[in-house]
Amino acid sequence: MIHTPHVDWFSISTLLVLLGASFLALLSAVLGPRSTRRAVAASIAGLGFAGGLVTSIWLYVDSAGGHRVIGDAFYRDRWTALGQIIICGIGLATTLVGAEQIAQRREASPAEPATPGRQTATPTARPGHDAHIAEFFSLLLACAAGMAFFIGSANLMVMFLSLEWFSIALYVMCAIDYDVEGSLEAGLKYLVIGSFGSAALLFGSALVYGATNHIGFAEIGAAGHSHDTLLVLGLAMVIAGLGFKSSAAPFHMWTPDVYEGAPTPVTAFMSAATKVAAFMLAFRVLRTAFPEEEHLWSWALVGIAVASLVVGNFAALVQRNVKRMLAYSSISHAGFILIGLAAATPLGGRAFVYYLIPYSAMAFGSFAIVGSRERELGAPVTLENLAGFGWERPFLGVAMWFFLFGFAGLPLTGGFTGKFYVFAAAYQHGWAWLVVVGVLATLVSLWYYLAIVRSMYMRDELRVAAVAGGSPPREPLLHAAVGLSLVVATGSLFAVQPLIDLAKHATGALPF
Amino acid sequence: MNLTSVLIWLPVAGALAVWILPLSRYATGSLAVLVSLAEVGIWIEQAIRFNFGHGGLQFEQRARWIPDLHSSYHVGVYGFSLWLVGLTVVAMAACTAYGFWVGRDRPRAYFGLMLFLTGAIVGVFVAQDLLLFYAFFEAMLIPLYVLIGVWGGPGRLGATIKLLIYTMAGSLLMLAALIAYGLHGGTFDLVDGTFSASRWIFLGFMFAFAIKAPLFPFHGWLPDAYREAPPEVTAILSGVIAKAGTYGMLRIAIAKFPDPTGYYRTVILVLAAAALVYGSVLAFRAPDLRGVVAYSSMAQSGLIAIGLFSGTNLGLDGAVLQMVAHGLVSTTLFLLAGTIERRTTTGEFALLGGMARGRPALATLLMTVGIISLAVPGSASFAGEFLILAGAFQRAWWWAAIGAGAIVLAAMYMLRAISAVLHDARGSLVQDEALDLRVGELALIVPLVAALLVISAWPAAISHHSFPADSPVLSIGTGFK
Repeated sequence: MIHTPHVDWFSISTLLVLLGASFLALLSAVLGPRSTRRAVAASIAGLGFAGGLVTSIWLYVDSAGGHRVIGDAFYRDRWTALGQIIICGIGLATTLVGAEQIAQRREASPAEPATPGRQTATPTARPGHDAHIAEFFSLLLACAAGMAFFIGSANLMVMFLSLEWFSIALYVMCAIDYDVEGSLEAGLKYLVIGSFGSAALLFGSALVYGATNHIGFAEIGAAGHSHDTLLVLGLAMVIAGLGFKSSAAPFHMWTPDVYEGAPTPVTAFMSAATKVAAFMLAFRVLRTAFPEEEHLWSWALVGIAVASLVVGNFAALVQRNVKRMLAYSSISHAGFILIGLAAATPLGGRAFVYYLIPYSAMAFGSFAIVGSRERELGAPVTLENLAGFGWERPFLGVAMWFFLFGFAGLPLTGGFTGKFYVFAAAYQHGWAWLVVVGVLATLVSLWYYLAIVRSMYMRDELRVAAVAGGSPPREPLLHAAVGLSLVVATGSLFAVQPLIDLAKHATGALPF
Repeated sequence: MNLTSVLIWLPVAGALAVWILPLSRYATGSLAVLVSLAEVGIWIEQAIRFNFGHGGLQFEQRARWIPDLHSSYHVGVYGFSLWLVGLTVVAMAACTAYGFWVGRDRPRAYFGLMLFLTGAIVGVFVAQDLLLFYAFFEAMLIPLYVLIGVWGGPGRLGATIKLLIYTMAGSLLMLAALIAYGLHGGTFDLVDGTFSASRWIFLGFMFAFAIKAPLFPFHGWLPDAYREAPPEVTAILSGVIAKAGTYGMLRIAIAKFPDPTGYYRTVILVLAAAALVYGSVLAFRAPDLRGVVAYSSMAQSGLIAIGLFSGTNLGLDGAVLQMVAHGLVSTTLFLLAGTIERRTTTGEFALLGGMARGRPALATLLMTVGIISLAVPGSASFAGEFLILAGAFQRAWWWAAIGAGAIVLAAMYMLRAISAVLHDARGSLVQDEALDLRVGELALIVPLVAALLVISAWPAAISHHSFPADSPVLSIGTGFK
């Protein structure tokens, strides 16, 4: 007979809640009437993520001593639980934004052809146009479940499976607005390049297995044999595979196109959640499975970090499309996060976990705001047509202002303390030069972040809103999501120590 | 409640109230002016209760912030910081009231930012933790950027970019330096922190402060920012924010880095003297009123830095006195420049002139402040400059000689400016209908001038009440313990 391992159901409760909600959302697509479909599916997703938050917080409280469960395939510890909390929070915010924004656009009505010099949008929204809204929420929940699984994976097999799990969901989500120019292209591009990344990861895993004869991270670490070419090659490919997911240079080339083309709520989700998942797993794999190769991967990560800082910041300078600019900014932030990761000390671990929290909030919030403007204009948001936005939509403008200054590391949000922490980690590791590189990168980044602030507040308003007819949509849920991001981003500046304590306990689950 | 914390957070709370509450233009402005006056009241209360005989930190508060890295919310005031906080709240009250008087557009955004700026500047002067100091130092930039960028003149966009890139370059290097300092010393606290002998860390801090002050050759941002900003914001920039740079030199660079200070003393004195002389010459050549005051601020920053880095009791006492005196002088001069620009649409000397006729209040006030600024004996500036020069003389006679020469230049550029505006033939843009100062304008400029006259009458109020036992060198030697 087949021997089945003991299953600790509680350790995967977050996954089960999210998957259950995903299933229900899918059912509602078939069973519910079209008129209520959006509301029902969004409520299910919201409840699912709220439930996931509850279970993952419970798991965090209840997993002080970390250990492996279910045939040593999954970690039940605070690292996993903290990652799940962040992912569920981002998922909840995405649900709020998605409920209003996905597949609900203004479309040009044939009676009123667009004239030159006028934005293409006309005010005839078609509220009935939500054919696959329930599928979107179902995929979102499934994707978050995959990420929750990914963060806790304890061997190469589970890691690869869960990576594919959430990636496939993301491919479809990128292309879900398939009648929008760019969305399908974004999905396809992400599919092709993402598969390449997955393949690298898989091949690397195979090499590592070949070199050590183990698939469990802890066993690979215990097997301990440096200077094995096969193992080093495998390690390099694993790093490359994870680099693709976290959109760090030189594995970033898909990022601007996909972030630009994907529906904005999906971009917001990807920019925040995918990074959290990829970085948290990467740190665990490197610390657990490859402690003896630290001198190798530490320098590799420094190289990737510097490349990301340079590429992200300099490429962002010349962008006019705001979504693209923010995509490059997310590459540069991958560089900052990697500084903490590369330091590979407990302080570095705390630093980058802390950094992820305000960063996710700011990245999510800024994309959500761009999405709102995009919907109002019915056109891609550029620095030109953002003019006057800050005065027209005071709350969103001020929030965007906070996020951008926070990205630049000014003390309005936790972005400031995050930068301070990663720099401190680098300095403590003896990399004073890396601090200087980070400082210079921040200085460059100021230029393009301020360009957005400038066009929001300091240029003469376009009379776009008047052309589009009436006031912009009210979007209470989007405001709620942006407000939530703002609270997290600003709150993390004041409540540094509680968050650091969280990060410290989570880091305590990893071997040092 | 700790009065120091109230001084920081009351205006921030006021800013939030102004941003959130849907008040009318009039109510918004009144609320902002009221809050800034309340700040002045609280500061007076603090000054009355301040024990000048006692050396240590007073009105101190320490709260948990990041114990993980030994950084805390630690605020408190020393004698010299008390005076700078006083300068801040008085100048900010006058400038906020000026904004109300001229009726700035988008009042809720404007007054919220002014209040936020007040809180941030006070924070800089009272923070006793490096990270907290840095946070306030940076936080000043945010409202400043928007105030210039939205309400500034036609070239405002270029001016804001220059201002931000320059100052952020300095502050980010300071961030690197303070991380190094804090991790080496094991704490970011300024009171507990030990002396450091690292020249690199010292230079990181000095770079930021030299840009903010500004000293030669880090003044590239100054002319554009001072010309393009609204007059009341320029007044804050030169009157108060520039003093944050010199305050930082005193509180951090000199106090925490005795060896590097000694090592770089000559270099810094040369740069300061260059700022003094070069700024004075530029002020003499400037074609407009704001240009004169802007470059004279740079010259005065140089003079203050000479006093600070002379490393003598007289020089340090004089530097603190001069920070306050010049802060009031340049705030008043820029506000007066604003009132003149409102009447004539220009500050160009070529288009001005003859404004004294029929406008006695304007003429008297401009004349009084101008004369105080050129250090006529008996004025506050004279006391400050005299102490600084005496201190510099103790270091080496030629520093005093350079300084004295620059004071002659100050008389030249200031008298040139006064006569170009008030006297000479009537300028082409000066209409007979242009009114004298109105009651509202008098109400905010007269108190500033009165404060200057009080300090002129009793300069020892500041110079003898900044450091315990009248010995700045001694208290710096103990690291302000």
